[in-house]
Amino acid sequence: MEQILLALGTMAIGVAGCIAYFWGSNVILDRIYPAIGDNAANNIRKSTAIRPWLFLGPALIILGFYLVYPVFNSIILSVYDASSENFVGLDNYIWLFNDGKFLESLRNNMLWLVIVPALSTVFGLLAAALTDRIRWGNIAKSLIFMPMAISFIGASIIWKFIYDYRGEGSEQIGLLNALVVYFGGEPQAWITIPFWNSVFLMIILIWIQTGFAMVILSAALRGIPEETLEAAVLDGANPLQIFFKIKMPQIYGTIAVVWTTITILVLKVFDIVLAMTNGQWGSQVLANYMFDWGFRGADFGKSATIALVIMVLVLPVMVWNVRNARKEA
Amino acid sequence: MDGIAGKNSALSWVVNISALILVLLWTIPTFGLLISSIRDKDQLATSGWWTSLTSVERNLIERSAAPDTQVKDGDIYILSGNIFDQDGGTVTAFGWRSQEPTAFAPGEVAEMKKGLTMMVAANGDYRVTSPEEFTGKRGKRLFVTSIEAPKFTLANYEEVLFSEGLGRSFLNTMTVTIPATIIPILIAAFAAYALAWMEFPGRSILLVTIVGLLVVPLQMALIPLLNAYTTVGIGKTYIGIWLAHTGFGLPLAVYLLRNYIAGLPREIIESAKVDGASDYDIFLKIILPLSFPALASFAIFQFLWVWNDLLIATVFLPIQEDTLVMTGRLREMLGSRGGNWEILTASAFVSIAVPLLVFFSLQKYLVRGLLSGSVKGG
Repeated sequence: MEQILLALGTMAIGVAGCIAYFWGSNVILDRIYPAIGDNAANNIRKSTAIRPWLFLGPALIILGFYLVYPVFNSIILSVYDASSENFVGLDNYIWLFNDGKFLESLRNNMLWLVIVPALSTVFGLLAAALTDRIRWGNIAKSLIFMPMAISFIGASIIWKFIYDYRGEGSEQIGLLNALVVYFGGEPQAWITIPFWNSVFLMIILIWIQTGFAMVILSAALRGIPEETLEAAVLDGANPLQIFFKIKMPQIYGTIAVVWTTITILVLKVFDIVLAMTNGQWGSQVLANYMFDWGFRGADFGKSATIALVIMVLVLPVMVWNVRNARKEA
Repeated sequence: MDGIAGKNSALSWVVNISALILVLLWTIPTFGLLISSIRDKDQLATSGWWTSLTSVERNLIERSAAPDTQVKDGDIYILSGNIFDQDGGTVTAFGWRSQEPTAFAPGEVAEMKKGLTMMVAANGDYRVTSPEEFTGKRGKRLFVTSIEAPKFTLANYEEVLFSEGLGRSFLNTMTVTIPATIIPILIAAFAAYALAWMEFPGRSILLVTIVGLLVVPLQMALIPLLNAYTTVGIGKTYIGIWLAHTGFGLPLAVYLLRNYIAGLPREIIESAKVDGASDYDIFLKIILPLSFPALASFAIFQFLWVWNDLLIATVFLPIQEDTLVMTGRLREMLGSRGGNWEILTASAFVSIAVPLLVFFSLQKYLVRGLLSGSVKGG
């Protein structure tokens, strides 16, 4: 309880501090350059030039420290050894590309990158198309969207229970193995089968992300101008043709946004792998491997190098986003 | 479009049924977790949750009462009692050897070695007799197959909250989440207003930079920040994690809020300026109240994100009994209590209950935020 009070207290101090800063800095600015008197015009010009930076200041400082500085610091760390004391040049990079576990992670990440965004988008599109046509569509949407609120680790437990394995002969309490046995198959320890275990982990992320894709694609589908659809109906197009030939081309932009958003998430996937296999049985991914070296292996050089690889993989999406933003601005 | 589907009732059926299948596929996993978390732990361990409403068959290996409780009746010595503690059940078969655990029907008298006999009744009463005195410390082994009625209980929740330390973790998660949700909002709102409505050199570059920062992987930041924290003396504390979440949430906050604030009608802001209001007044009295929907959207995102985060909590808080957050606790349990599904399911449900509550009650704002963040120009 006292801890919650501490949190609330700190929060109150933090919020009060923020307000005090914004209010105080504005008052001080107005004192230094008052908008009245001989120099009024000049003062207003000066204070107008400074004020945006007062508003932006805290955000810029925090962004700079938490997101910009680490990128450069990681580059430096990556050319030093485990303890960040001795310069080792490109040794970490050379080690990286000869390391079997790293190559395995890279390969798995590529698989994740292809499968998860693709299937999430397909299922999201399917869910959007279906739920927009039924009366109980809003409830259906809510339920499909729900996994979005569940933590990766919570979702991992939910699915680990589904994939649970008991030796042959005893009753299976995992849904998947129960189904397999019901249809006459042999139960398997799913998450220990190399390659396929990655697929079983991907299913968790697809389950979480489909709702996101559905919500956005559904809005895009509803935003399609009625006229184009009416014209298609008049020309005798059937519902499938309307969907694939008329609707789809009009929402390609949104599909791309959904796809790239999920791509970014996939590159950073960590919790699911940590909780389900911790990279065993050939299921390692970059984010977990980086965590392994940095916080269990205590090798900051190698860890920073792996982090930079993730950064490089993210870069194309970043460039694409930035270019889109500039077009709009 | 509804008209088209409505005209063709076969198609309408296909659509409805497909949607139903999709919804079931997406809800069954969570539903299974919820059902399992309120089942009796022995039943949970021996049968699937989808059978939870039917009776459960269990194979028990029990011991009779210890020899020091034996009673002498004429020439024979007797050990007796009931194999069910208090929950009841029905015995369908029993045996005295592990090779033949179901050799005898309830009520039958099984002949054992050296003249011993064993009898188990359907209600669980058992009787082991011997012509000679029982010796040793432990009772005889009884192999029993029983049918038990479905049992539901809140005991699993009681156990995880009070003996597994989840209650403590719940508080820790709250401690991390509340400030980490509120602090970024104010900072981001001021910055968003400046980026939307104030003129200054470098504005568009800043905006683009923030879009770029949206996707910087957190992995990048962990080690540099931990090093910096150690140098500065913050170390692994709540202050450190609040600020870290603030930093990582800020790009999205600024971006969402800027998009929203930039879309507010220009006339409102200009007429306020004509009336002599300063930027500070405009922001506080006009922009902030009008931006409530966007603020709510971001607050929900940030709340869900911080509540569900494992990585940042693992790195920036010490992994100790008194600072472990719920996601961290779940991870520990997966390692140490991997087979105890009654613990895992109940704990998982405790940790997802609050986000689900937030999700279902504030979904409107969440959807709105997602749309303004992602659908750019359609």
